[in-house]
Amino acid sequence: MAVQEPAAEVAESGRASLLYDPKIRALISQVALILLVIWLGYSMITNTISNLERQQIASGFGFLGTTSGFSIAPSLGTYIVDYAEESSYGAAFYVGLVNTLLVAFIGIILATIWGFILGVARLSNNWVIAKLSTVYIETLRNVPLLLQIFFWYFAVLRSLPNPRDSVEFGANIVLNTRGLFMPRPLPEDGMGWVGIMVLIGIVAAFLVRRWAHKRQEATGEQFPVFWTSIGLILGLPLVVFLILGLPLQWQIPELTGFNFQGGMVVIPEFMSLLLALVLYTATFIAEIVRAGILAVSHGQTEAAHALGVRSGPTLRLVVIPQALRVIIPPLTSQYLNLTKNSSLAVAIAYPDLVSVFAGTVLNQTGQAVEILLITLAVYLAISIVTSIFMNWYNARMALVER
Amino acid sequence: MDCLTGQLNSGMKHVQSVTKEGSVMKKIILPVILGMASLGVSAGASSAATLDDVKAKGFVQCGVSQGLPGFSNTNDAGDWTGIDVDVCRAVAAAVFGDASAVKYTPLSAKERFTALQSGEVDVLSRNTTWTMSRDTSLGLNFAGVNYYDGQGFMVRNSLGVTSALQLDGASVCTNTGTTTELNVADYFRGNNMNYEVVAFEKADEVVQAYDSGRCDVYTTDASGLYAQRLKLTNPGEHSVLPEIISKEPLGPVVRHGDDQWFDIVKWSLNAMINAEEMGVTSANVDEMRNGSNPGVKRLLGTEGAFGEAIGLSNDWAYNIIKSVGNYGEIFDANVGPDTPLGISRGVNDLWSNGGLQYAPPVR
Ligand SMILES: N[C@@H](CCC(=O)N[C@@H](CS)C(=O)NCC(=O)O)C(=O)O
Repeated sequence: MAVQEPAAEVAESGRASLLYDPKIRALISQVALILLVIWLGYSMITNTISNLERQQIASGFGFLGTTSGFSIAPSLGTYIVDYAEESSYGAAFYVGLVNTLLVAFIGIILATIWGFILGVARLSNNWVIAKLSTVYIETLRNVPLLLQIFFWYFAVLRSLPNPRDSVEFGANIVLNTRGLFMPRPLPEDGMGWVGIMVLIGIVAAFLVRRWAHKRQEATGEQFPVFWTSIGLILGLPLVVFLILGLPLQWQIPELTGFNFQGGMVVIPEFMSLLLALVLYTATFIAEIVRAGILAVSHGQTEAAHALGVRSGPTLRLVVIPQALRVIIPPLTSQYLNLTKNSSLAVAIAYPDLVSVFAGTVLNQTGQAVEILLITLAVYLAISIVTSIFMNWYNARMALVER
Repeated sequence: MDCLTGQLNSGMKHVQSVTKEGSVMKKIILPVILGMASLGVSAGASSAATLDDVKAKGFVQCGVSQGLPGFSNTNDAGDWTGIDVDVCRAVAAAVFGDASAVKYTPLSAKERFTALQSGEVDVLSRNTTWTMSRDTSLGLNFAGVNYYDGQGFMVRNSLGVTSALQLDGASVCTNTGTTTELNVADYFRGNNMNYEVVAFEKADEVVQAYDSGRCDVYTTDASGLYAQRLKLTNPGEHSVLPEIISKEPLGPVVRHGDDQWFDIVKWSLNAMINAEEMGVTSANVDEMRNGSNPGVKRLLGTEGAFGEAIGLSNDWAYNIIKSVGNYGEIFDANVGPDTPLGISRGVNDLWSNGGLQYAPPVR
C-alpha cells in the first residue's frame, strides 16, 4: 500500500495541470502542427486560385475535354488510345502515360537482366570477363545519362539507312531512320479465346510448378518444369489459334512515297531512350547484385560444393536467394530512378508523359498548375505502386525464421 | 567521327545547360512551383509596377530564344543580337537611356510563357506568334508585331519535292509548344494527307534530327527556316517550299495587368516604326531633333511631354533611335538582304511602301 501512495499523488497533480502531462503536450503540439500545415496548404491554394483569376490565366480541369489539334509520333500510346488530332487533351494525357509506362516497364525488365549478368560477370573467375564488365560498369555509370541518350539517339540515327535503302529482315520487318516497321496484328473474332488460353496456360503452369516442387520434396525426383510451362503458356493458345483457323489479320507496312505506311513502327526515339536507360541503369543494378553476392558468406558456397552441388545450381539455389535479401531494397530505388529518368525522353522527342502532357499540352493550354499537379501525381502513383510491389516481393524473400 | 564528336559536343552543351539548371523535370517544375509560390506569396507583385521593379534592379530582364540567327542569337563576342533582341534594347533605352541595360534569359518555346507569367522575365521577345488564346487565356498581352511571318516547309532538294501538297506520308520535324505544331496538323488534315510528327523541345535538336535524316521535312516560321538552314551541314542542299500555310505575327509580350509597362513596350516598338516613317535614323537623330518637323519633335521629345505620360523621360524615343535605330535599320542589320538570312522587306515594309508595318502616331 505504501508503494502506491506516491503514484496516486502524481495522478492527482496531473489532474491539477493537464499542460504538464507529456502525453497531452505532445498531442497539442502535433495537432497544432497539423493545423498549421493545413492552413498553409489552404492559403496557398486559395491564393493561387485568386491570383490566377486576377491575372486572367485560365484554370480548372475543363481543358482535358477540349480538342488537342496536334499530332503525336506513332507509339504504343497512339495505337492503344487511337489518338488523332481530333482527340482531346485528355486522350493526349493517356498517350503520354502509356508511353511512359511502356518504356519504364520494358526498361526495368531489361535493365534487371543485363544488370544481373554484369554483376555476376564482374565477380567471374574468368579474368577477361571480370575486367570487361568492370570497365563497362565504371564507364557508363560515370557518364551523365542525358549525354548517353543523345549519343545513342544520334548514333542510332546516323547508322540507320534512309527509307529507300531500308534493311529488310524478312517477314515484312524493315529497319530505317524512321524506325523498325513490323506488320500490325489486327485481331478478328475468336482471338479472345486465344487470350483466355494464355491465362489458363499460366494458371496450369503455376499448378504444375507447385506439384513438381512437392513431389521433389517428397521423392527427390525432378520434373522439367520450365519446358512444361513454356508448352502450357505458348502451346495451348497456339493449338486453339490453329483450331479456330488463324483469327488474325496482319497489316503489312508498305513503302509508299517517302516512307513505310501502315503496320506498326517502333520509332528510333523509343529505341535509343530504352537503350540508354537500360545500359545506364544496369550498371547500378550490377553493383547492387555484386554487393548482394559478396554479402553471402563464402562458407555457403563451399558448403554447397562440399555436398557436390555444381557451380550453376549453387549460384541459383544457394547464393542468389540469400543475396536477394540484400539486393531487393536498393533495387527498388533503381527501378524508381529508371522510371523518373525516362522523363528525359523530352530531349529526343519520345512522346512520354512529360513531353506530351507536361510539355505540349501545357504549352498549348497554358494551364501549368493543373497539368503539373496531374503529372506529379502520376509519377508519385507509379513510384508508390512500384514500391508496394517491391516491398511485397522483399517480404516474400525475407528470411523466414523457423 | 567528326559528326559524332559534333553530336557529343552539342550533347555536352545540353548536359551543361541542363545540369546548370537542374534536371529536365526540375527545369519545368521548379519555375512553376516558384511561379505558384510567387503567385501565392507576393500577391501584389505582378500587378505592381514592373517599371518600378525594373528601375530598382537597373536592367530589363528579357526572354529570348535559345539561338535563332537574325532574331535572337549570340555573336562571336558572346553578345545577344537580332531583331527580337533589339526590341529588348529599345525598351532598356527608353527606360534607362542605355540600350545595354538588358539581361537575357534564353527560353525554349515550351518554357517561355511560364517564365513570363511567373515574373522570371519582364518582357518576352522571342519570335512568339500573337494568337487569340495566348492573348486571352494565358494572362499575357501582345505589345505589337515586330515581324510578320508565316509557316513554311523545308526539304532536301534530292527529294525532288516542289510543293507542300506532295508531302503525303512525310515525316515532319518541329518544335513542341508552338503554333507550328498545330498549323501543320491543320494543313495535313485539311489536305487529306498523312504524316508523322517528331516534336522536339529545343530547336537545335530539331535541326540535328532533320540533318541526320530522321525527317523529310522541317517546318517552322519561314524566317526560322532561313535562319536554321544556316546551321545545317550543307545549307545549299535544302530549300524552302513556296507554300506559306499560316499567319505568324511575331511580337513582344508582357504580363497582363500592368498597363504602364504594356504601354512602354508597345510604344518602344511604335517609336521605331514611326521613326522610320519620318526618316529619323540613328545617324541623323540629333540633327532631326532640332529640326522643324513638329511630328519628329514630338517623337523625339523636344515638344510635348509624351515620355512623362508613360512614366519615362521625354527623350525616351530619342534614346531608342540614337542607340538602337529605327525599324528599317534593325530589320536591315539583322535579317535584311545584306545579312546571311537575306530576307527582303516584303510584308514587313512600311504601310506607305505597301507593307504591313504601321504604327499609331505620337500625338
Ligand atoms: N512562332 C511560333 C514558333 C516559335 C518557335 O519556337 N520557333 C522555333 C523554331 S524557328 C524557335 O524559335 N527555335 C529557337 C529556339 O528554340 O531557341 C510560336 O510562337 O509558337
